[in-house]
Amino acid sequence: MSPPHASPPAHAAQQVRLARAAQRDPAWLGRVFWLMAGVALLWPLLVLTEFRPWLLLEPDSLRPTLRFLGDFVPPKLEPAFLAMVAQQTWRTVAMATAGIALALVLAVPLALVSVRVLSISALGGRMAVLPAVLRQTVRWVLMVLRSVPELIWALVFVRVVGLGPTAGVLAIALTYGGMLGKVYADILESGEPHTTHSLLRNGSGRLQAFFYGLLLQNAAELTSYTVYRWECAIRSSAVLGFVGAGGLGQEMDSAMKMFNGSEVATMLLVFMALVALADRASALLRKALA
Amino acid sequence: MNTPPHPATPSTAATGATAPAPAANPHTAAHAHRDHRLPPPLFNARCQACWFVAALLVLVVVSFWSLDLQWAQFLSLSALGKMARFVGELMSPSTEPAFLHKLGWATLETLAMSALGTLLAVVGGLALALPASKTHADDPARWHTATRVLLNALRSIPELVWATLLLIAAGLGPFAGTLALGLHTTGVLGRLFAESLENAPPGPGFALRARGMGEVRVFCYALLPQVLPQLLSYSLYRWENNIRAAAVLGVVGAGGLGQMLTFHMGLFQMAETSSVLVAMMALVALVDALSYLSRRALMA
Repeated sequence: MSPPHASPPAHAAQQVRLARAAQRDPAWLGRVFWLMAGVALLWPLLVLTEFRPWLLLEPDSLRPTLRFLGDFVPPKLEPAFLAMVAQQTWRTVAMATAGIALALVLAVPLALVSVRVLSISALGGRMAVLPAVLRQTVRWVLMVLRSVPELIWALVFVRVVGLGPTAGVLAIALTYGGMLGKVYADILESGEPHTTHSLLRNGSGRLQAFFYGLLLQNAAELTSYTVYRWECAIRSSAVLGFVGAGGLGQEMDSAMKMFNGSEVATMLLVFMALVALADRASALLRKALA
Repeated sequence: MNTPPHPATPSTAATGATAPAPAANPHTAAHAHRDHRLPPPLFNARCQACWFVAALLVLVVVSFWSLDLQWAQFLSLSALGKMARFVGELMSPSTEPAFLHKLGWATLETLAMSALGTLLAVVGGLALALPASKTHADDPARWHTATRVLLNALRSIPELVWATLLLIAAGLGPFAGTLALGLHTTGVLGRLFAESLENAPPGPGFALRARGMGEVRVFCYALLPQVLPQLLSYSLYRWENNIRAAAVLGVVGAGGLGQMLTFHMGLFQMAETSSVLVAMMALVALVDALSYLSRRALMA
């Protein structure tokens, strides 16, 4: 027999081998490699975060957890407590609103100063040195304000002015002032500058050019972004309570420290309702504005 | 006709143009009027805007009035002096090698918390997004409402609140923080994932289903490859957010830079506090810069 023509049984065996090879995933090597690489990357993460889920099931930690969770039902519904919760919820909303109002006081002038479209010297080509430096400085100020989280501002202000909503309002005002100022400037610069430039060229002042050119073009977008940020501020003002800035968060914090499950349950439900309501109101307003 | 034609509309001409016999057929005439009605008077639109602004002003004034803000105390000389001293103390950050070593580990811990939390959330979010989405017309989607409610609940409670709740079960440390990030992000990602699964083009899935493939294979070979880029970009975006969140999460005792911050601030060690603040801001700025650069690179 000639070697290339294999005997019938060998031929069958080769066919089986081929069929097996066809069933095997052709990319298995790559898959196994990436799986191993993923595990090798995951390992230090698990160590660094002290990821030990079995600790959750140890009786020492499980028993208080179950007791705490068992207290959740029924939520506390005494009229006096509910009245207190309602008052704290209003304080949370009020803190967010006052904070956003102050943030606007901060953001609007800074955004106006930093907008390039309103530069008169830039009309003739390059912006003059002094205005360029001023604009960049204001942008950096906005960036610093924005990059410190409101919780850190609140911690610092609680240290200076003591516990209470003043710290929360100031924290929201500073962080959101930075955010709003930066985004306002971005929105104002993103549009078509033709109207504003022709107003400026014909001798109107910067404020006039802003009110009759830029603002009209961008009013809807600016308002919609502000409403969205107000919604975010409500969420974060509830969180600020955890560092002592008053409102729903502070009550929740003290209830948790006393392991009072039923009170925590009520406040969590109220908080979720508040967030859903703010979400709905903000979506409605933004749709009306669009 | 119930509504008399508006004097300003060219009603007769319009009805004459559309309907052949306007007087004989009042229904057609009324119909035509609907097309030619004037827009609502400008006065109404302005009035609505006025009411809106007035309501906003009332809300703001009532907010300020009901909060008993202590501006006098905040702007008093003693508070300003305290503030100045505080800022002055922050101006000299501690640079001891031993402390910087600890700070570096805390920064790594913060990064690890955010990464692992996001990873857990990707797994959890995908697991919840599948029952929460209705991917084709015959999908019974029995668990649709229940999982949506669960996702909303997970999402509407902020990470920090989750962390304080989990401290009871998981104890102080980064584990509680990781779980907190994971739970909140599961809610966020689950909803986004469910939306992108529902919006995926149904063609490939339909083709496989028509050949009698099971749901698992349809998901692996038709749905997942289509939505994977979108899922990845959502996950990366949330990771970016979570790094920022992880930095402050420790304020309630859940590990990372935040825990160091409250520890040293509580002991009035201002030099160390200042270093932690600098590290935090640097981390946030770095993440911002990287995300900005990568976005610009992707756009170009």
